Amino acid sequence: MKLDTSGLESAAPLVGASSGFLDGFADAPSFEVPTTNDFDGFQKEAIQMVKPAKGTTTLAFIFKEGVMVAADSRASMGGYISSQSVKKIIEINPYMLGTMAGGAADCQFWHRNLGIKCRLHELANKRRISVTGASKLLANILYSYRGMGLSVGTMIAGWDETGPGLYYVDSEGGRLKGMRFSVGSGSPYAYGVLDNGYRYDMSVEEAAELARRAIYHATFRDGASGGVASVYHVGPNGWKKLSGDDVGELHYHYYPVVQGAVEQEMVEVAGA
Amino acid sequence: MSIFEYNGSALIAMVGKNCFAIASDRRLGVQLQTVATDFKRINQVHDRLFIGISGLATDAQTLYQRLMFRHKLYQLREERDMKPETFASLVSAILYEKRFGPYFCQPVIAGLSDEDRPFICTMDSIGAKELAKDFVVAGTASESLYGACEAMFKPDMEAEELFEIVSQALFSSVDRDCLSGWGGHVFVVTPTEVKERILKGRMD
Repeated sequence: MKLDTSGLESAAPLVGASSGFLDGFADAPSFEVPTTNDFDGFQKEAIQMVKPAKGTTTLAFIFKEGVMVAADSRASMGGYISSQSVKKIIEINPYMLGTMAGGAADCQFWHRNLGIKCRLHELANKRRISVTGASKLLANILYSYRGMGLSVGTMIAGWDETGPGLYYVDSEGGRLKGMRFSVGSGSPYAYGVLDNGYRYDMSVEEAAELARRAIYHATFRDGASGGVASVYHVGPNGWKKLSGDDVGELHYHYYPVVQGAVEQEMVEVAGA
Repeated sequence: MSIFEYNGSALIAMVGKNCFAIASDRRLGVQLQTVATDFKRINQVHDRLFIGISGLATDAQTLYQRLMFRHKLYQLREERDMKPETFASLVSAILYEKRFGPYFCQPVIAGLSDEDRPFICTMDSIGAKELAKDFVVAGTASESLYGACEAMFKPDMEAEELFEIVSQALFSSVDRDCLSGWGGHVFVVTPTEVKERILKGRMD
């Protein structure tokens, strides 16, 4: 029996077939471009059609013991909460994680695609790909689709031969190296907590608590973030999921309700 | 985004046996940003008459103040409280005054008549009354609330069961809405007493 793998092969080169400029990227899966006179208009409509789950809070930071990665788990369409149990931290391989913000399908597809490329690199070179290399692989693919409506805001976090690595990559073509990132609609709130509590020489426990708190505070303030705050740690021996706490319970854990003297009372009616 | 959804809200009123419950969420937001989690959307007009106003918070407060003003004048002149039906007509009239520049609100009115008969009603922003025998809902979570109430409502509930049903319907609905939730506020009104309860809920 032979598996039909034709679907995995690239259908057509992205730009002109003879464009030597894109040769390096030609192995990225390329999709057919619609034949239309109003390409921009078509794009706009298409983007509206697959209007992605936008609301999200994700964060990652490097510290003494490695990289801490955390995210919420809500998916929303407009004001409607379509899921409270989305996996926004994508396991690329045992040493590398990606986070998901923006379009769910775009993130999932291109992270899996990146996973394939990383594995192929490993087989070809007999050593694991660096975080720098992996993030650049993704950034180059996303750049080749720039302006075509992809919606990806991701962090690539991992551990390679040089130690911990953290990059921010987005569908606008940006790729930033850094010690501390947060992405998504809840990111301003998460940054507030993160910047305030961050120290390089934290223990794993302290770092996990900081990450969890930052996500919690983001879910509290941001209507589009919520669900479960999951926390991952990437160390020299690969990633490990540390916790997944329901934010609904986390709130009352952080802020227990103090029993007031009077919980119910009859309201005195004025002017009755 | 619609101006009705600027602050976010969820409102529900339900009828029981000689009693009613009116409940709301506690969030005040600016679009997706949560600003307060102790916002009051339900107001007591008199002993056994309540109004909850969903929609734009500034208009809800203005509207409530105008309604209270008119109700106090009524009390002074008539030396009695308004009947729920009369109050609903007053709200409707005040809303229609602003036919071409409406308050961006959808009120929910719930009261007990002198004969202990529960009355609930809602209306749109320009005062079209919608009377119901079972339940009425309003706010950004209204679609989910319709579903929850449709599934959970039973006729002739006693006050305690009514409280449970209304609270469960409210929470299961706001948990599917980004713009409302962050706790609940429930009033259960029987001929003899008004029970007010603040509920803990998911804070995300």
